[in-house]
Amino acid sequence: MATKMIRDVIVETIDAEMGRDPDVIMLGEDIVGGNGSAGGPEAIGGIWSTSTGLWGKYGSDRVIDTPISESAIIGAAAGASLSGKRAIAEIMFADFIGVCLDQIWNQVAKFRYMFGGKSRCPVTIRMIYGAGFNAAAQHSQSIHGMVTAMPGLKVVMPATPADAKGLLTAAIRDDDPVIFLEHKALYATKGEVPDGEYVLPFGHARQVTEGDDITVLATGLMVSFAETAARNLAEEGIGCDVLDLRTTSPLDEEAILDSVERTGRLLIVDESPPRCGLATDLAAIVASKAFASLKAPIEMVTAPHSPIPFARELESAWLPSSDKIEAAALRLMSYRRG
Amino acid sequence: MQLSREALLRAYRQMKTIRAFEDRLHDEIQAGEIAGFTHLYAGQEACAVGVCEHLGSQDYIVSTHRGHGHCIAKGCDVIGMMKEIYGSREGLCKGRGGSMHIADIGVGMLGANGIVGAGAPLAVGAGISAKGNGTVSIAFSGDGACNQGTTFEAMNLAVVLKLPVIFVFENNHYSEHTGVAYAVGAESMAARAAAFGMRAEKADGIDFFAVFEAMRELIDYCKAGNGPAAIELDTERFFGHFEGDPQRYRGPGELDRIRAERDCLKLFRQKVTEAGLLEGKDIDALDEEVMALIDRAVVEAKAAERPGPEHVVEDVYISY
Repeated sequence: MATKMIRDVIVETIDAEMGRDPDVIMLGEDIVGGNGSAGGPEAIGGIWSTSTGLWGKYGSDRVIDTPISESAIIGAAAGASLSGKRAIAEIMFADFIGVCLDQIWNQVAKFRYMFGGKSRCPVTIRMIYGAGFNAAAQHSQSIHGMVTAMPGLKVVMPATPADAKGLLTAAIRDDDPVIFLEHKALYATKGEVPDGEYVLPFGHARQVTEGDDITVLATGLMVSFAETAARNLAEEGIGCDVLDLRTTSPLDEEAILDSVERTGRLLIVDESPPRCGLATDLAAIVASKAFASLKAPIEMVTAPHSPIPFARELESAWLPSSDKIEAAALRLMSYRRG
Repeated sequence: MQLSREALLRAYRQMKTIRAFEDRLHDEIQAGEIAGFTHLYAGQEACAVGVCEHLGSQDYIVSTHRGHGHCIAKGCDVIGMMKEIYGSREGLCKGRGGSMHIADIGVGMLGANGIVGAGAPLAVGAGISAKGNGTVSIAFSGDGACNQGTTFEAMNLAVVLKLPVIFVFENNHYSEHTGVAYAVGAESMAARAAAFGMRAEKADGIDFFAVFEAMRELIDYCKAGNGPAAIELDTERFFGHFEGDPQRYRGPGELDRIRAERDCLKLFRQKVTEAGLLEGKDIDALDEEVMALIDRAVVEAKAAERPGPEHVVEDVYISY
């Protein structure tokens, strides 16, 4: 075990997989950086520092710096993966899915199904997402709801350095297309990371805290908000079963339903607007499969139905917070059937 | 013409198979036998075959919504294709893809595509694999796809990465129902491709030999590590954009004229018989053989196993 930041875990994991499998390649904007400039290659080394040193080690045929062409990045990663490679594509900001959605939604996700189960497209699409950097409406969004709704994709949202390692290793080795979402506000998060080979299978939620009063579901940055809220609530005698879903597709329905059947109360935290998203989806699953267990209406702490604002005060008001989670928990505990 | 008798027979057989396949589909669709949207390739056979006769199963092609010709030319099983278009479980894609999504990765056919312009970036990716194998990747596009941003991104990326990708633009003069004179702002597709920094050529797309010779040069050029290339092929679409298209955009007598004067199969026959390379009876024999194959394909497709509701959710994932 060693203590590491998520951003370092990402580059180390890609390095390990590229070293292990010569078919693994990587593509993205500025993942090398500096090409064609006076500073020369690796003048940047990736704006998120998640590819530093890889070009020097594996060369231009495997660490492929691309122009700003998201459709071509995803398409090239997909075409290479259909023809024998195992490509990792980086989309610098998940918001840019808007300019490459066809390649993700109509191509990558559907090949195997449309082609009669005879193709394999083991592509990992890394997307950097999330609010908290005052990056405004086009550089802050979470897109997990949209991609979770697409059959054929797997969707991964690590919240800790250890999970980042285990889940990214699994994503790269997976034979299906995987959307791997890295929250920009979590890159500097530190935690213990297992040494050596570490692979986490998809579809298994992580139990963050244990409690018998409320089930709290969260992903990504929201996990730490939920954890803080749970700690405060515990001081007031309210026990929270916080589950970090880790992957939204596949979804660990069993862990969710088991917990709700025990607690009878559900609180969902989601860094997205409220409509047609992960929160409503989880609420629907629980309402239809564990209705009899529920002691109170399901609480959802989400962003409002608005784009993400720029100003510090506005952005923090837009985001869910541990205060909002605690308030929702108290509403759940005080609910009495009329 | 450096082609052997066997190569000539094979090329004609491929072209005739595409023509007969498409003509028969036209009839079957008119008779209400086939569901969905079908875009026929008849008229453009010299393009697909003139390109694919150079390729082996390790070379890749990416096709379009008008993809039957590319599939046949690249070696997809014709009976499996017919079964697929009939929606049978025995089809190449188990009846889940249909006309617009036929693929056969094993023969290097990475898929027809229902989204115009989506194929070019995929072909660039296959070009990454091809670069390592000493093979080439072909992006078939039409004059419609040449206006999609994805095609521009793909051409630029292929130049930047110096990949062995050839962008084949089949100019059949219509993007769906809109004339190329209106929709393509550039002087030509070849000129546009050249502006991306790649070698670009033009050839008469109804002349198999013109396509074949031009492609020979371009494939050698790409395999030598010179980066990508493009070719614009002037061709004709004998049917509408889709089956059922009333084609009100055609000029008076246009269809009769192109079928009489711009038919790549007639031109092939004329050239090889006049040059004494093949005899009319050689070609007649192939015609008969191909018609029998297509008849058999339809009979088998009609009798083939149908999928059931239990087959809806399969192959969505390899593991889930």
